[in-house]
Amino acid sequence: MTTLTPVLTDNWDVAGSFTLDGYGEYEAAKKALGMEPDAVIQAVKDSGLRGRGGAGFPTGMKWGFIPQGDGKAHYLVVNADESEPGTCKDIPLMMANPHSLVEGVIISSYAIRANHAFIYIRGEVLHVIRRVQAAVREAYEKGYLGADIFGSGYDLDLVVHSGAGAYICGEETALLDSLEGYRGQPRLKPPFPAVAGLYASPTVVNNVESIASVPSIIANGADWFAGMGTEKSKGFGIFSLSGHVTRPGQYEAPLGITLRELLDMAGGIREGHELKFWTPGGSSTPIFTAEHLDVPLDFESVGAKGSMLGTRALQIFDETTCVVRAVLRWTEFYAHESCGKCTPCREGTYWLKQVLKRLEKGQGSEEDLAAITDIADNILGRSFCALGDGATSPIHSSVKHFRDEYLKHFEIGGCPFDPAASTVWGSK
Amino acid sequence: MTYAPEVRERLETDAKEIIGRYPRPRSALLPLLHLVQSVDGYVSDDGQEFCAEMLGLSKAEVVGVATFYTMYKRRPAGDYNVGVCINTLCAVMGGDQIWAELSEHVGVGHDETTPDGKITLERLECNAACDFAPVMMVNWEFFDNQTPESAKQLADDLRAGKEVAPTRGPGRLCTFREASRVLAGFPDGLAADGPSAAGPSLEGLKIARANGWEAPKAEGSEK
Repeated sequence: MTTLTPVLTDNWDVAGSFTLDGYGEYEAAKKALGMEPDAVIQAVKDSGLRGRGGAGFPTGMKWGFIPQGDGKAHYLVVNADESEPGTCKDIPLMMANPHSLVEGVIISSYAIRANHAFIYIRGEVLHVIRRVQAAVREAYEKGYLGADIFGSGYDLDLVVHSGAGAYICGEETALLDSLEGYRGQPRLKPPFPAVAGLYASPTVVNNVESIASVPSIIANGADWFAGMGTEKSKGFGIFSLSGHVTRPGQYEAPLGITLRELLDMAGGIREGHELKFWTPGGSSTPIFTAEHLDVPLDFESVGAKGSMLGTRALQIFDETTCVVRAVLRWTEFYAHESCGKCTPCREGTYWLKQVLKRLEKGQGSEEDLAAITDIADNILGRSFCALGDGATSPIHSSVKHFRDEYLKHFEIGGCPFDPAASTVWGSK
Repeated sequence: MTYAPEVRERLETDAKEIIGRYPRPRSALLPLLHLVQSVDGYVSDDGQEFCAEMLGLSKAEVVGVATFYTMYKRRPAGDYNVGVCINTLCAVMGGDQIWAELSEHVGVGHDETTPDGKITLERLECNAACDFAPVMMVNWEFFDNQTPESAKQLADDLRAGKEVAPTRGPGRLCTFREASRVLAGFPDGLAADGPSAAGPSLEGLKIARANGWEAPKAEGSEK
């Protein structure tokens, strides 16, 4: 049996965990600044840490791509623009434990030889922004940020930057454009940010949870981290359970835990109901059903079953939920958030929305099912960034698993489900 | 219309501080637009002109950016921006019903403001609090685990000028303008208010504690 391994969440039940008193001294940063920067990169490589923002790219390898001795300014940018539907881990992490992030920023910036770092936080979370601002201020006051940190001669400035409402800015190159003061639209890659990122300089963009995990790796060693998880998906991560579960919430566990194990801890599906479908890692990851309860939640196993681990955002829906309605709402989201730069995504999400609306009302036909699959095929892989690809995940996976439910809508000329039964109060 | 001299002076002082945080001035544009909202309650024509002047941009460049982001209001908004999450999970858990009842109760639709200027309603996309569904946000503070009744009560209290507090956040709710100032990077001293974490955020940790589960010890570590 897999058990929970609180590391980043371990102090969340402590009053004042968001202050230095509640967090403790920056011992890991002190240790890192006494090491060679390359040794810090090597430690993160050895730990096997892979990006916690969804894609799972090896963090140490990303850092290693930064050219050294190039005479250019280097930048670290933390992607704290958590907006993927279902994903809700970085926000409580920054609210309860912002110092783990700030300490991680110091170590990571030192490793890649950056003297300027940014935390780009979505703007719609005021209290989280306050907490991160306060943590940064405290770190400056203690001399953990600014000039000559710990007497090492290393200087680092850290800016907390609030976004202004745009899901697309969670895409790393759109985030960089936004941070430069432009509309947040993705750039064509290559060049990758490691070569030409912020201000066309070498830049590392990492997710909050990735950076916040770094102090524990430096403090406890790469082997300690690699001792958790699976062979290729090492370490721990926060699993976010939401929806029709008895005890939704944040569960920090080794990668490779299963939904069945997590549901056991969370009290199961809400009383009197059963699991119908779920997302392993947010709305951009193809949906799973009850047949996937025992899939180890690591990058390889979830991928082998046709989905993606993503951000471990486990949105759980029981048998009262209409899958067509769920997919329509996600599609409306992608249409709303498409930045408009690439035609397949801009036009495709618009048309998907129109057809799905018709299908949900029971006014569609079997040709409409072929149409949404066809539109999705024409979006997938044909846009600059992954937003368009993500929009196709709910379409393809729902048609695959729930084709009959789509058909049922136009057989009876309406939705066979009562939305009231799915609500929190409807179950009582 | 242009800003009164004392307003202009204050804006310039703040703007210079913001611009000073960045290696290149244009990076200050998003916080400057938040700053404009903290004074005007929306991204006003004067405000956009001001940003352009401060950054050496054309006004068209500023407008092009301001219109891209949903948090920038293009016309005067209410003191309280009341949002209901209608993304899939919250919608299914009750957000759709909350939106329908609240919108009817308040008498305005999406991106519309009540005649008393108190409330602007907004249909929100996911706000990263799915374990607290259905979620509402007022001036970007969390109002977790809402019902149609609690939502209507909240709107009534806001319109009556009663003090309301977010479920995870400070003891009192800021106005939209005050919140915008924090977003521009000027703290309001309320960071220490409220719990470290609450409710669902702590479920996993509670179970770990009850079962004595911990992360493995590091080799040679006393901890």
